[in-house]
Amino acid sequence: MEELISRIFVGMSYGSVYALLAVGLVLTYKTSGVFNLAYGAQAFVSGAIYYDLRVRHEWPIPAALLIAVFIVAPLLGLVLDRGLFRYLRNATAIAKLVTALALLVAIPQILKLWFGQNPAAGTQGIVPKGDVSYNPFGDVFVSRNDLATILVTLAAVIGLTLLFRYTAFGLQMRAVVESARLTELAGINADRVSTASWVLCSFLAGLAGVLLAPLFSAVSDLNYTTLVVVAISAAAVASLSSIPIAFAGGLGLGILQQILDRYLPTGSVLASNIRPALPFIALFLVLIFSPALRGRRELADPLAGVDPPPPAVAATVRSPVLTNATRIFGVVVGLGAAYYVFFHASGQWLDIAIRATILAVIFLSITVITGMAGQISLCQATFAGIGACATAQLATRFGMSVLVAMVIAAALSALIGALLAIPALRLGGIFLSLATFAFALFFDNVMARFDWVGGGVVPEEAPRPTIGFINFDQSDKAFLVLCLLILLVISVLVLAVRSGTTGRYLDALRGSETAAVSIGINAARARITTFALAAAIAGVGGGLLAIYERATNYDPNFVYFQGLIWVVLVVSLGSRSVEGAIQAAAGFFVFQAVIINQVVPWLANNLQPWYHMGQPPQTLAIILLSLGAFTYAKHPEGILEFNKRKSLEAIQRLIDRRSSKGGFTSAEGDVVDGPDAVGLPAAAGGPAS
Amino acid sequence: MTALLSAQGVTKMFAGITALDDVSLEVGDREIVGLIGPNGAGKTTFFNCLLGLLKLDAGSVRFEGRDLAGVPTHRRARLGIARTFQRIELFTGMTPREHFLVAERVRNGRGALWKDLLFLGRPTSAEKEHAQKMLDLLGLAPVGDRSVESLSLGLGRLVEIGRALMTQPKLVLLDEPSSGLDRHETEELAETLRGVQREQGVAILLVEHDVDLVRNLVERVYVLDFGTLIASGPTSSVFADSAVRRAYLGDLV
Repeated sequence: MEELISRIFVGMSYGSVYALLAVGLVLTYKTSGVFNLAYGAQAFVSGAIYYDLRVRHEWPIPAALLIAVFIVAPLLGLVLDRGLFRYLRNATAIAKLVTALALLVAIPQILKLWFGQNPAAGTQGIVPKGDVSYNPFGDVFVSRNDLATILVTLAAVIGLTLLFRYTAFGLQMRAVVESARLTELAGINADRVSTASWVLCSFLAGLAGVLLAPLFSAVSDLNYTTLVVVAISAAAVASLSSIPIAFAGGLGLGILQQILDRYLPTGSVLASNIRPALPFIALFLVLIFSPALRGRRELADPLAGVDPPPPAVAATVRSPVLTNATRIFGVVVGLGAAYYVFFHASGQWLDIAIRATILAVIFLSITVITGMAGQISLCQATFAGIGACATAQLATRFGMSVLVAMVIAAALSALIGALLAIPALRLGGIFLSLATFAFALFFDNVMARFDWVGGGVVPEEAPRPTIGFINFDQSDKAFLVLCLLILLVISVLVLAVRSGTTGRYLDALRGSETAAVSIGINAARARITTFALAAAIAGVGGGLLAIYERATNYDPNFVYFQGLIWVVLVVSLGSRSVEGAIQAAAGFFVFQAVIINQVVPWLANNLQPWYHMGQPPQTLAIILLSLGAFTYAKHPEGILEFNKRKSLEAIQRLIDRRSSKGGFTSAEGDVVDGPDAVGLPAAAGGPAS
Repeated sequence: MTALLSAQGVTKMFAGITALDDVSLEVGDREIVGLIGPNGAGKTTFFNCLLGLLKLDAGSVRFEGRDLAGVPTHRRARLGIARTFQRIELFTGMTPREHFLVAERVRNGRGALWKDLLFLGRPTSAEKEHAQKMLDLLGLAPVGDRSVESLSLGLGRLVEIGRALMTQPKLVLLDEPSSGLDRHETEELAETLRGVQREQGVAILLVEHDVDLVRNLVERVYVLDFGTLIASGPTSSVFADSAVRRAYLGDLV
């Protein structure tokens, strides 16, 4: 009994921090419409700075606390709002989610450039002698750290409730969420309100980050990202709208986690895998079973109708001549690159070509799910991982031909995708993304560790195939050809689906779900099909990668973090088209090999004489690429697609001018200009003023 | 002969407020029926009940004699109930022609993924021909390949009506088709609707605010006020009824 009570106390201390984070999440969502997935990263910033000042530089507690929580954290919020989210206020929910994702990827990496790549052990709390425990009732032990956490959280939440309930400022905050533009029509400066709320939320994240520090053995971004998942569940319990429920949810989940931790059996592999995964399981269950989320719609701005329509895809506006010209240009460039790789390039470039081809296959699954169905799935890396594991297992343990194994693995991946889609379907937009996120984390932490999935400690082997006299084990060039063939086949299939019935149903569903259902389109079926198709494509890509590397290698290749980077990359470069996926994959590796490894050091070493730069940190590529996602809100069609459209428009104008000089005025020219004229002023997303 | 659509004693409550109280309504084959009532009378709620977007608290809806309880919305559409929306709902980014092609494809009931994978999913020439016919019928041919965002509200409503008709419905539910249109556009709309009804032989249930349009088009009308039917019958006699004039028309007519 005493042990249960002390567990509850410890749980309350965890729970208060979860609650604080959950409250902050709800608050950000309520005031800026952004579901801030990067909230854990923000907490990590303050936690890391506090650690650095307090432990490494041995500052006194108040000074470290002042800098980390009261200065840096609000400042970060200010920067994020002024520099970023202010311009997104009227953007789509997906644009906001992608931006938050990019921050989740980039912030910890940026901080680690300075803080160091490894987690720092030996953290300290916000009260002196935090480890000292009191035992007020018999054998119940409560440490000073736990008490401080609980009390600080309580004070913060009471303050917030008062602010929201009883001040004009709280009312303004709530109004801004409803519609920033309507609020401005009523004479309230929505920008100011939103900035204030970001500063406040960021402060809460910082507070939570510092309070969390003594609960961990080390300060690492992974801990914070994982723990924010619990806060996300608590926020989801409150269906992102009620602060008291979010608070209670966070507290409850913290206590529940501690109690389960104590009373779960310790012996079995299953239990030891499930324990660290409790947050993800909780999030998944909350999302699937919470009645409040059933069929919940996104926040919709009543004034959304005044926005200009999105621009048309370049392919639909340009003339057939230009389309053919770009195609020929693409083929020439592709052949040139292929010639170079096959006959002149070093092994490094061959490796890049193979990896880029495989990654392009996986990226096509994002094209299907995001570009066609308009959903953001954060578990495409997991499906690729399932494909890789199944390919390796079937080939090694059951002695199947590895290519057959890959096809079966893709089918298995599709099945799992469909099974995941069925319960997740009734969740809209953000909640669907969160469910896929929970699934990815769950698979990483529980499933992938089983011997019969990832191979256990030693990754399962996946042999290279032999077809006839071609032995792919001997020749990487032959393997590249195989990969290119598979990429070609899948590209053609994706194009077929896009122009076929399924693609057009998805277009209709994305245009207006109510209308699509009203003419008899089965939304659930279309979405499940898409999920399964995307999972199968990712599965093929994962299988190929395993075969190329001759082993599953789940850990670096398919962990959730990869999935996040991939989504951010594809979506910001262009998820609508097949060539967007291929260009994103090629760009990803070329950017690393050329810009990061060659250009950046060359510039650094030639522009100034004082500092010599050796090999730049590999995370630099991730940081720069994810920051590129900030362009997404401005160019939801993708930055490549945007530039393609702009340059094609310019060429088209040139052609039109030439032909009108020559006395030709084609009737077709008018048709081409029609949607174009509407599309041009559509680079929206600026501040509403 | 049973009526095409027959709603019996439809009742719907929202948190203690009775939005619809024992509403019964019938639409016969090839008939144009009106449903009018002031704002908040429950017209749209009734609509959503017919379509299965809301669950009935009591009563039943039958279509061609078949009870629709538990039939999901998209199935009802395939049974032959099409609709338009008061706040226009078009597929953004698609042209009117594409709207019609999608609807045509749904009617043909070919949604299989494997057909797409074998390149059998593209629009067939017969489908294209049907879409072209509908564009001609509604006078949308000149704008058939423009994105719907660039169309006026009036044209947008025509696209909605065309999309509904492409599913070859037996009954079309029109939700305030004249809202947002000026008098001239409304007259044109009435003309088009009459032509369409003659040509395709569909039944229409028209929920409408605009008294002129109703009088112009509708043979039989139901009047809804605060969730209950207060009158029904031939249009001319209902509009003469004093209770209706008080509740809805004021002294305008």
